[in-house]
Amino acid sequence: MKGLKHRYCIVGVGHTNYGRNPGLSQMGHNVVAIRAALEDAGLTTKDVDGVLTKTPTSTFPHLWAPQVAEALRIVPKVCATIDQAGASNIALIQFAISAIELGQAEVVVCSYGDNPATGDRASYAAPRGDAAVAGLFGAPMAYAMAARRHMAMYGTTQDQLGNVAVAHRYHASMNPGAQFREPISLEDYHNSRWLAEPFHLLDCCPVSDSGAAWVVTTAERAASLKQKPVYIEGIGQGHPAWDFHRREDITLSGAKVSGEVAFKQAGLGPEDIDFCELYDCFTIVPLITLEDYGFVKKGEGGSFYEDQRTYIGGELPINTSGGLLSETGMPGPQHIIEAVRQLRGAYQGTERQVEGAEVGLVSQQGGIMTTHSTMILTNQPA
Amino acid sequence: MSERQSAPSQPSAHKTPSELKAELMPAVTALDAPFWDGLREGELRLQQCAACRSYQYPPETFCYECGSMDLAWKAASGRGTVYSFITVHQRFHAAFTEEMPYNVSIVQLEEGPRIVSNVLGIPPHDVQVDMAVQASPRAITPEQSALYFEPATTEGDR
Repeated sequence: MKGLKHRYCIVGVGHTNYGRNPGLSQMGHNVVAIRAALEDAGLTTKDVDGVLTKTPTSTFPHLWAPQVAEALRIVPKVCATIDQAGASNIALIQFAISAIELGQAEVVVCSYGDNPATGDRASYAAPRGDAAVAGLFGAPMAYAMAARRHMAMYGTTQDQLGNVAVAHRYHASMNPGAQFREPISLEDYHNSRWLAEPFHLLDCCPVSDSGAAWVVTTAERAASLKQKPVYIEGIGQGHPAWDFHRREDITLSGAKVSGEVAFKQAGLGPEDIDFCELYDCFTIVPLITLEDYGFVKKGEGGSFYEDQRTYIGGELPINTSGGLLSETGMPGPQHIIEAVRQLRGAYQGTERQVEGAEVGLVSQQGGIMTTHSTMILTNQPA
Repeated sequence: MSERQSAPSQPSAHKTPSELKAELMPAVTALDAPFWDGLREGELRLQQCAACRSYQYPPETFCYECGSMDLAWKAASGRGTVYSFITVHQRFHAAFTEEMPYNVSIVQLEEGPRIVSNVLGIPPHDVQVDMAVQASPRAITPEQSALYFEPATTEGDR
């Protein structure tokens, strides 16, 4: 295997306004984000020969990627939708690299866009099949089951969950584009209403209108484009796959297998990572992800968020734009965009910049920790 | 499997909570009818594979463990432990209006499968991970019962 080292880059990123955005359709979020990402890269729709998408959560349309291509007046050589929920966002990049490697395309755009805040949000509270009569609805309750088991097994505390919400909100408070920017304290966290114990409202990401896009091409092509290239060093996947209550251990995610593959490919380990953008639909998820990647021992994720260790300027900055919990409830692309911006030094001269950041890690996952993908990025040339 | 939609999530306002709960019951199929027949008769029944002896839920036309199609319905012990649980405070559905806050548990059955249910008979905050529970089906309609659990009362029950 040749490996990925320094051969492929993310050269453009773009997104729509996060929060409530009634002026933009589901398709509009994809189109506006893709056009913004291409402009960011110094490219146009005429340069694009691959269009890849993650399906919108709210409506799950059939043949979505071809519709996105049509809306941009692109007739692509490569066009596909990948269904791994949140983990798709990195899987799309993997598919883009595969297509470029096989000579099928050179410039591939990946996108996600949805408008559940102002459109249809029924899928976010859908009854879960046979469990509906037991009163199990939507994702928060299922993730709360994982949190409760983690607390019972490892002694993880309510304060430790709260620290995640507080830390990510702190970073969002520096981000003018974030949906929730008002800083919160641990007391605010405890005072937020219970949704399903052990989850307060502030353990859960919001439902947001959002669109985002990211452009993948070769390092050769990237050299002549507008932005400082961000190299893709490692990609991994790992999928617990089974429905959450049936798998062997609901406190384990796909991060273990996915991370091992990505780290090996990159020739790096957790000690080499300067900052992380971790999928954070609920507070328990970054804790489990840190454990399964090997940043801490299993069960000790809660301690990692203590003493502001994850703040910008701390030991390992995590979710430097606010993540799902505070920047936008969009399922994951904000993490890719933020990692790219940090590695470009886009915030240089402000408190938002992770000083000296050379290597960043992005985790994406979907379902109830059903799927997982990992990506390691760097700004360092070969 | 459990992702299938079992009922509309926007019920009409004039129905009683019990009528609404009946609407949340999944449609009975030829495949799972023995499960629902068992609950109506007060008994938890599971498919058992004749080849590898494993028990399974939800029902299927094949054994999840070994692929055999030689499956038979057997009465289960009804004994289990709470694998994890939550206490729900947000009203996601009008069927639960009179029960707030309510318990939802993942129950680890003695026979192997795990199933999502409710532990009744004690306040939701008294439920604990690993506590012993016993199946206790209750009627939702005259024709259909749902699976619930209660704390296992004595060691003799276990």
